Parts: sequence; C-alpha cells; structure tokens
Amino acid sequence: MFKPWIPFEWIVAIRFLREGRLQTLFIVVGVAIGVGVIVFMSALLSGLQANFIRRVLSAQAHIHLLPPKEVARALRRGADAGNREVEGAIVQPPLQRLKSIDQWQAVAEQIRAMPEVTVVSPVAGGSALVVRGSASRAISVAGIEPDQYYRIVDINAKIVRGNGRLTATDMLIGTELADDLGVDVGDKLRVTTASGAIITLTVVGIFDLGNKGANQRSTFVALHTAQSLLGLPGGVTSLEVTVRDVYGAEVVAQRITAATGVEADSWIKTSAQFFAAVSAQTTANTAIRFFVGLSVAFGIASVLVVVVVQKSREIGILRAMGVSQGQILRVFLLQGGLLGLSGSVAGSAIGSLALLLWQRYARNADGTPLFPMTFDPALFTAALLLATLTGLAAAFAPALRAARLDPVVAIRG
Amino acid sequence: MADVAPASGAVTVPPLASAVVVQLRGVRKAFNVGTPIETEVLHGIDLSLHKGEFCAVMGPSGSGKSTLLNIVGLLDRPTAGTLTVFGEETTTLDDRALTRLRGHNIGFVFQNHHLITAFSALENVMMPMLGAAGFASKAMRQRAAGLIENVGLTAWQNNLAGNLSGGQQQRVAVARALAMNPALVLADEPTGNLDTRSADEVFALLRRFNQEQGTTVLFVTHNPALAARCDKTIQVIDGLASK
Ligand SMILES: Nc1ncnc2c1ncn2[C@@H]1O[C@H](COP(=O)(O)OP(=O)(O)OP(=O)(O)O)[C@@H](O)[C@H]1O
Ligand SMILES: [Mg+2]
Repeated sequence: MFKPWIPFEWIVAIRFLREGRLQTLFIVVGVAIGVGVIVFMSALLSGLQANFIRRVLSAQAHIHLLPPKEVARALRRGADAGNREVEGAIVQPPLQRLKSIDQWQAVAEQIRAMPEVTVVSPVAGGSALVVRGSASRAISVAGIEPDQYYRIVDINAKIVRGNGRLTATDMLIGTELADDLGVDVGDKLRVTTASGAIITLTVVGIFDLGNKGANQRSTFVALHTAQSLLGLPGGVTSLEVTVRDVYGAEVVAQRITAATGVEADSWIKTSAQFFAAVSAQTTANTAIRFFVGLSVAFGIASVLVVVVVQKSREIGILRAMGVSQGQILRVFLLQGGLLGLSGSVAGSAIGSLALLLWQRYARNADGTPLFPMTFDPALFTAALLLATLTGLAAAFAPALRAARLDPVVAIRG
Repeated sequence: MADVAPASGAVTVPPLASAVVVQLRGVRKAFNVGTPIETEVLHGIDLSLHKGEFCAVMGPSGSGKSTLLNIVGLLDRPTAGTLTVFGEETTTLDDRALTRLRGHNIGFVFQNHHLITAFSALENVMMPMLGAAGFASKAMRQRAAGLIENVGLTAWQNNLAGNLSGGQQQRVAVARALAMNPALVLADEPTGNLDTRSADEVFALLRRFNQEQGTTVLFVTHNPALAARCDKTIQVIDGLASK
C-alpha cells in the first residue's frame, strides 16, 4: 500500500520497474557489470599510483636544492671585445667539482619560514672508496643531520641491525655492502676520497632501503664527518625539503627558486616519466569510463523505450485521469535514475568483491599483498552519483516520448 | 453513497445558473489534417448536457462516438467549433489547464477495462486522487475503500488489477472514474465486452451514482435496452448528432 511520504511519481516508477521483473533485472545486472568494472579498475589504478608515490617518497625528499652547475664558457679573443665573433673557441664542459650551496644556512632559514615547508635538511654528499683489508668498494657518502634527515627518509625504520644514531666516527651502510665486505655492526671501515682524505669509521647500523643498488652504494655519516672527508668545510651539496602537499611540490620548488635563486627540483619534475605514465593511464581510464557509461546509458534508454511502448495504454489512462505531462516525464526519468542507482549499488558490490579477491590472490612471491588497496568512499559515491545521473540523462528521450504521447492514440492502443 | 468521503483535492464546481455542464457548438473534428488522407469525422455537432442528465450515445460503428467523447473529455481538441465545459471555454486552454480541468471534474470508463496492472484494485481507485494530490493519505484510502465497497469488491480490493474478471475490472474502473467525485462521467462502451449480467451491474452502478450524486453521464452503447433506461439518447450518424 502507498506510503504517505512517497510521491506519486516514485510510486508509479517503482511499480513499473517491479512489474518489469526480468527486463528490470537484466538491465540492472548490465549496469552493475559496467559500474563494477569501473570501480575495480579505478581502485586498482589509484592503488598502484599511491603505492608508487609512497615508495618514491619514502626514499627521497619532495624537493632538492642544488648548487648551480658550472657552465662551459667559450674562450674569446680579448682584443676584439667589440667583435662578437668567436674564433677558435674551445668549448668543453668543465669537470663538476663538489660545490657547496652559497650561504646555505640563510637559504635554509628562508625556506623553513615558508608555510608549505615541513622539513629542511642539509646534506653534504660525494663519492668515496671504502676499504677493508684487500677489498674496496665505491660508495656514495651522504653527510646528514640525523634529526632533520630522518624526518624525510626514515632510516631508523629501515635499520636491520644496529641503530641509526650517528656520531662523528660512525657510519651506516646497506646490507649488500655489509655482505660484500663481510662486516657487521661494530666493525671499522676505512674511507678514502680522491682528494686523499682518509678516515676510519665504525659501522653502527646496517639498513635495507629495499633496493639492491642503494644497499650497495648508499652510506650515511654525520654532516661534519662528510664535510671534512669531502673537503667541504661548512658546506653542503644539497638541501632536502619536504612540503605539506606532495602534489604541490613543483609549485613550491619554483617559489623557492624565485625567492632564493637556488635551483630546486621537485620529485614531480624528477619523476616526469612516472607522471607521464599516470597521465596516459588516466586518459585510458577516462576513455574506458566514458564508453562504459555510454553503453550503460544506451542500455537504460533502450529498456525505457520498450517500457514506454509496453505502458503506453496505461500512460494514456493516467493522462485521462488528470495526470500531467510533467508527472509522466518524471515517472520515466525516475525509472532511469533508479535503474542507474540500483545498478551502481550492485556494481559497487561487484567491484568491491573483485578488489577483495584481487587482494587475496594477487600476491608477491613472499605472500605479502602486491600493494595495499584502499576502499575510497569517494570512489563509490562518485560511481553512484554518476550512474544515477547517467540513468536520468538516458531516460530523457524515452520520458519525453512518454509525456508527449497522445492519450487518445495511446488509449485506442 | 453517504458513506463515501469527499475526494481530496477535488475542485468544487459552483452550480451554473443554467446547469449546463457541457456545451458543444458546431464542433468538427478531422484527422490527418493537411495530408492527402485528411478525413473529417465530426461535421458540426451541437449538443448540451445538463447537470444530472444520464445520456446515451448510440450510432453505428465508425460514426464518431468515441471521437465525440474524447473531445468532450478534453483528451482531444476539435478542429472547429467551441466546447464549453463547466462554463469554461476550452478551445483556448493549454494542455496543463485541460489536464487539470479533466482530472478534477471528469471521470472516464473505457470499453476495455483499462486498469493499471501494476496496482491492486484499491490502488487503482486511489490513483486519480494520488495523481492530483501528489502524495497518498489516509483519507484517500478511506474514500477508495468506500467506493470499492459501493461496487461490491471489498473482498477483492487487494488483488492486482490483472487478476480480476472482466466484469470486476469494469466495476473497479467505475469506482476509479468516481474517485474525484467528478461532475461528468464519460463511459465509452463500458459494457461492450461484458456478459448481460455484468453489463447490467455496471450500468446500474453508473445510474445509481448519477441519481445519488447528480453526476452527469454520457454513456456510449450499442445496446438499445440499456439506452432505453437513460434519460435521453443521442444518435451519432455519419458525424452528425440527432436526438
Ligand atoms: N486518430 C485517428 N486518426 C485517424 N482516424 C481516426 C482516428 N480516430 C478515429 N478515426 C476514425 O474516425 C472514425 C470514427 O471513429 P470512432 O472511434 O469515433 O468511431 P465509433 O463511433 O466510436 O466506432 P465504434 O462504435 O466502433 O467504437 C473512424 O472512421 C475512425 O477510423
Ligand atoms: Mg468507439
């Protein structure tokens, strides 16, 4: 029996759909499959992207500030200063020497004062050779201020043996390097550089950055230690910066360059390839969504065209009873909207089920999930909303046709 | 009939001085106007119906009886002439106004028991009230139940319309036509498909409402015995009306 809070149009729309049984069921299943595919695909894609971004950003800062590169300069004949012609120019890129960022303390202060910035950490980095007995390996040494740097890359969480506390004579090395050299926590290593500096450091921690190359080459020492080892007294080779909004990093980087004159690269710029891939995926995903949406729309429209034909007598009777064209229009628009809505509810369920199965069965060799997947309520809300709107839009032509039926013709049948 | 509650949302029509409910002057109706197959079905009909009249419409098949009823019922527009319903000149009204006028003042009963199969008998009777008010109410339900009782179908009121017999469906259709307590009921061969007994029942129902409520009825029939029981008979022959 009619509930007093349900409007006339809803009552008629729901009854017509219910009376349609198989016809209604089939189109709802059709819509559900389409929505399910979209939900599953979108969640998978955003899961992949989020996973990549998480992995990238757990190992690097959002923005690097670097000292200016030394540029090549052509030799010019001094006598003809007015003559711009360059004769016998020898142009050769100069050897890149380690250079410090000018006035880095002032620059760091200036950046730290920016509201978008969360951490600024100076790093003095360079290449060195680590020697133990007769074995030696080329390494890259990063001199850090642990308090700051660990807020950018959480080395502590990646330490597998020992700890991350660095004093002037300590060193952190990767698991691969430790294996290559046969050293463990507490052992001493001799580190030399091309300029001839030699120091002996104690391994206090061994880390696993999740990447073989990094575990072989990367080492961390205290900032002062690196400065004296690399011949950069008081200097740093980069400032590592993190910001509040990782996607806004490039904008902040440009602002930093504008404000300080120091070259700043954001992770967005250095991960350009990744973003190109993401944008290609997004385009493909959008195209798929569009075409699935289109086929959903045509499916709903074709079912409603049939319903209008089936119900034309009843539409005529309703019109004879005093039901307006507007009311008939709304009855059929609602049917479209309801088909879209119920299809998308079922489709969200299908999509979620597929995601759960995916998470359960698509696993790494060690049994851990390929990547953590989040069930984003916004995705489901968007799917529901879009499918409902698609249903409404698809219903428009059939609904208009129903509303414009000539009641006399409709009743004569 | 005293136990039937008033229709909610019904427009009460002020009694006309002349008590003329429907007035047609020179009404013509042509189909497929402007095409080679243009045919005029009604050739200038003059007709007045007074309040409380029960008028039979007879005539051979294809003479234009249904066409006339559809025009009087504001479902169709005349190609020429004027139609005044409840004192309102209708030729200038738009679809919205016609629909409203129709919904509140005119009830239809068609030959092929046109019920809405997705709804029960009781719900079918509620439909015109629901459409007019937009929302269901207890009063609506009570009025519909009263009408269903009046046509003797209380025991079947919750059956889906399609599950009733032809005679039962037509009685439901009569109850539905009366839901808004209309001043005018148009019945286009309501007994045409029924056996003699069911036909008698449906006719008696319409006659009873006509006498108790003062409802004006236009009743198309091929049955001279039923026509003889009406107040007057109009013959429609070749698109012209005569008494
Ligand atoms: N929409 C239409 N288009 C074209 N011709 C029509 C249309 N409606 C009715 N006609 C024609 O008008 C004529 C009268 O039809 P109408 O239905 O009014 O006759 P009737 O008197 O009700 O006949 P019956 O007793 O068989 O019901 C018929 O010749 C019919 O073919
Ligand atoms: Mg007819």
